[in-house]
Amino acid sequence: MNIILNIQRYNPDVDDAPHFKEYEVEVGPNQRLLDALMQVKRFQDGSLGFRKSCAHGVCGSDAMRINGKDGLACKTLIKEVAQKDGDTVTLEPLRYMPVQRDLIVNQAEFFKKYRSVKPFLINDESVAEKERIQSQDERMQFDDTTNCILCASCYSACPVLQDNSDFLGPAAIAQAYRFIADTRDRGFGERLAVLDQVDGVWPCQNHFKCTQSCPRSILITKRINQTKRLIEKHKQKKGDN
Amino acid sequence: MVHQFDTVIVGSGGAGLYAALEASQQSKTAVLSKLYPIRSHTGAAQGGISAALGNVEEDKPEWHAFDTVKGGDYLVDQQAANILTEEAVQAVYDLENRGLPFNRTPEGRIDQRRFGGHTRNFGEGPVRRACYAADRTGHMILQTLYQQCIKNEVAFFDEFQVVDLLLDGTTTQGVVAVELATGELHVFAAKAVLFATGGFGRIFKITSNAYANTGDGPAVCARRGIPLEDMEFYQFHPTGIMGLGILISEAVRGEGGILRNREGERFMQRYSPTLLDLAPRDIVARSILTEIRAGQGIRGDRKIDDYVHLDATHLGKAVLSSKLPDITGFCKTYLGIDPAETPIPVLPTAHYAMGGIPTDVHGRVIMDGTGTIVRGLYAAGECACVSVHGANRLGTNSLLDLVVFGRRAGQHIGDYVKQADMPQPNATAADEARAFIDRLTDGSSGPHGGHITDEMQTTMMEKVGIYRNQKEMQAAVDDIQALRQRYRSVRVQDTAKPFNTDLLEIIELGNLLDLSLLTAAAALDRRESRGAHSREDFPARDDDNWLKHSLAYLEGDTVRLDYKAVDTSIWEPKPRTY
Ligand SMILES: Cc1cc2nc3c(=O)[nH]c(=O)nc-3n(C[C@H](O)[C@H](O)[C@H](O)COP(=O)(O)OP(=O)(O)OC[C@H]3O[C@@H](n4cnc5c(N)ncnc54)[C@H](O)[C@@H]3O)c2cc1C
Ligand code: SF4
Ligand code: FES
Repeated sequence: MNIILNIQRYNPDVDDAPHFKEYEVEVGPNQRLLDALMQVKRFQDGSLGFRKSCAHGVCGSDAMRINGKDGLACKTLIKEVAQKDGDTVTLEPLRYMPVQRDLIVNQAEFFKKYRSVKPFLINDESVAEKERIQSQDERMQFDDTTNCILCASCYSACPVLQDNSDFLGPAAIAQAYRFIADTRDRGFGERLAVLDQVDGVWPCQNHFKCTQSCPRSILITKRINQTKRLIEKHKQKKGDN
Repeated sequence: MVHQFDTVIVGSGGAGLYAALEASQQSKTAVLSKLYPIRSHTGAAQGGISAALGNVEEDKPEWHAFDTVKGGDYLVDQQAANILTEEAVQAVYDLENRGLPFNRTPEGRIDQRRFGGHTRNFGEGPVRRACYAADRTGHMILQTLYQQCIKNEVAFFDEFQVVDLLLDGTTTQGVVAVELATGELHVFAAKAVLFATGGFGRIFKITSNAYANTGDGPAVCARRGIPLEDMEFYQFHPTGIMGLGILISEAVRGEGGILRNREGERFMQRYSPTLLDLAPRDIVARSILTEIRAGQGIRGDRKIDDYVHLDATHLGKAVLSSKLPDITGFCKTYLGIDPAETPIPVLPTAHYAMGGIPTDVHGRVIMDGTGTIVRGLYAAGECACVSVHGANRLGTNSLLDLVVFGRRAGQHIGDYVKQADMPQPNATAADEARAFIDRLTDGSSGPHGGHITDEMQTTMMEKVGIYRNQKEMQAAVDDIQALRQRYRSVRVQDTAKPFNTDLLEIIELGNLLDLSLLTAAAALDRRESRGAHSREDFPARDDDNWLKHSLAYLEGDTVRLDYKAVDTSIWEPKPRTY
């Protein structure tokens, strides 16, 4: 069928402000939205800018706003966003990050917040066995959070960031949880300084938009709440609550 | 702009990041990557990383080495395979110690599962050797290594695409890169350069590889006079999702999945009585094609896009969701089926380059058949050819290759740069790259790259695919030459400097065309069948004449082929049956 892609364009060299441009493409209902974008890029307009790589939802390159919802173009099938000839799909860059070109945004701030939670195993005890022993149950405690591909869909979906751009954001908190819930990690104290501050975990108001947008099915909101509880428990234990 | 580093690492997949971790401890190191590091295709690897830990049953590195050699149809350099499999054990423990969340045994140790071609006691039967984190092993390796790089404050230049290598005779001087954000050219002067740019599956139409897998490192080296080794050996993975090429990991068969033809028959029984569905990939891919050609595909029309079934319905939802969750998700998303209920329609998909930039076991690049080393130049990972994969790689051995040889290269670089002088590339270093880009962007009219890409991929898929013959490969060489000719008049449509992805993709297309030519020419020259290279006109392996690595030199528009010996110092080549 023939559908219309209505794409936000912006070229900082010549444009004062972003504007929309329409492209008509012929695609099948089971094709990926990314396939449609590639058709435009290869055969209609080489100047269209967007990131992409794996084409099957595992690298996090092509997160964008698709008809107002955040997600991956390569994990969205045409039939989910257009049903018949002439249907329009609107594509915009992710929110809260400066647009650099068309659908490409600057993710520096997103990655800075991610790095701030010390997203690496902290444990300098020597390993008694060859590997650190961890039970299957312990391993499952943080399982879903290990799937994060840092696509920033959740970040763009979060209503809290609209008013508070300093909020740490869902992905960074979920990645902090990935380590503090890992029985092998000893870094809770070190991460507390980042998590337990006004713009750390606390601004989250359980809108669940992050969880709904996550292409890796991570229970982000739940993990944020668990992180909050771990912090409270820790403070109670220390008696300073 | 000119930068100076002791070490420049090009690529931030598993191989580049591991090398960076090592090299950055001893030298001023920069990692240049055209993708954000965590977007690298290592993150797509699913099934596992092999090491003879013996956590669930007896296993030995020696058995693993033998399987690697036999799996590679004896084109593997055997001492290198020994290093790979012996260092595997510690490498996997190191990853775990650094935080990698492996699946666990009931005792809390790293769990292991079966994979194609990995056997106990020199071929007696399948062994559980693949360490895994669900079907996201590559993702976890990439994440863990990136996390460690953050911890160790490694310096990254994200979205810098390397377009040229600077050599002074046989000494490395650095690289030239385009910065995506600005379109500016940067010269990175460096004592040591490591290429870790990954695979080039995008020369083929149907592939498991990412858009970014365009073989930039090997192509840049080839244009600078370095031969590429064993380019004729390209692996087709037996089970890609029909039509899309998205990979369905061998782990599905490792967990018990079965390939079936239209009769529902487990046809691998006829081709590989001992290992069945877990025979090495070249054998399984050929078996599938043979079934299809015999009218035993699911449609039964003998057409090239007919398919077979990968049946995982008997594994149960619990196994699928705990051990193969992503595969299950891919089937649901892209096919609309649940593999617990419906068999998966699969076809071979272009997957892995056994060949690449020739190196020794320290990752040093070798520029001829006599072992001459390019000072300061290194390669590791899929873009390199050590050679531990020979004519056909075993599943799980690539992730292993990345960590073992990525680390070895990083360590060797650390030592090398201490005694090397800082090169001084002259002011004209970037001129060639600049002239090339200026031509592409000179504003004159010319064809766009889209159609050339399409035609190249179709030609390579149809004529240099699983089964090959003289006539078709010659036609492929001619076609690719014609496409390279057309490429000379290509122009970019995007006239902006910042984020000109159009320009960068057209540069990538040039690389793909050069690698297509080298692959087709090397394949045409090898008149035998071995591993992934199977010729209808020369169906047998011919050790008397062809037990040797090829070296393909790109000399302008022609390819010159040379050969060098294989290290067979441990096991004598034998017929390969499973
Ligand atoms: C779907 C899939 C599943 C797989 N599963 C397994 C498995 O289970 N087990 C296994 O052992 N192997 C598996 N493999 C193979 C294995 O994953 C790859 O061979 C391996 O990850 C390649 O790693 P690499 O570090 O060499 O390259 P990559 O991870 O591809 O990284 C390449 C890097 O180079 C950079 N780069 C490229 N060109 C340039 C340039 N011009 N300038 C700057 N930077 C550049 C990229 O940005 C990227 O960072 C799988 C492969 C695929 C495709
Ligand atoms: S948590 Fe989900 S949505 Fe957020 S960055 Fe990670 S994968 Fe993307
Ligand atoms: S292109 Fe990798 S997630 Fe879409």
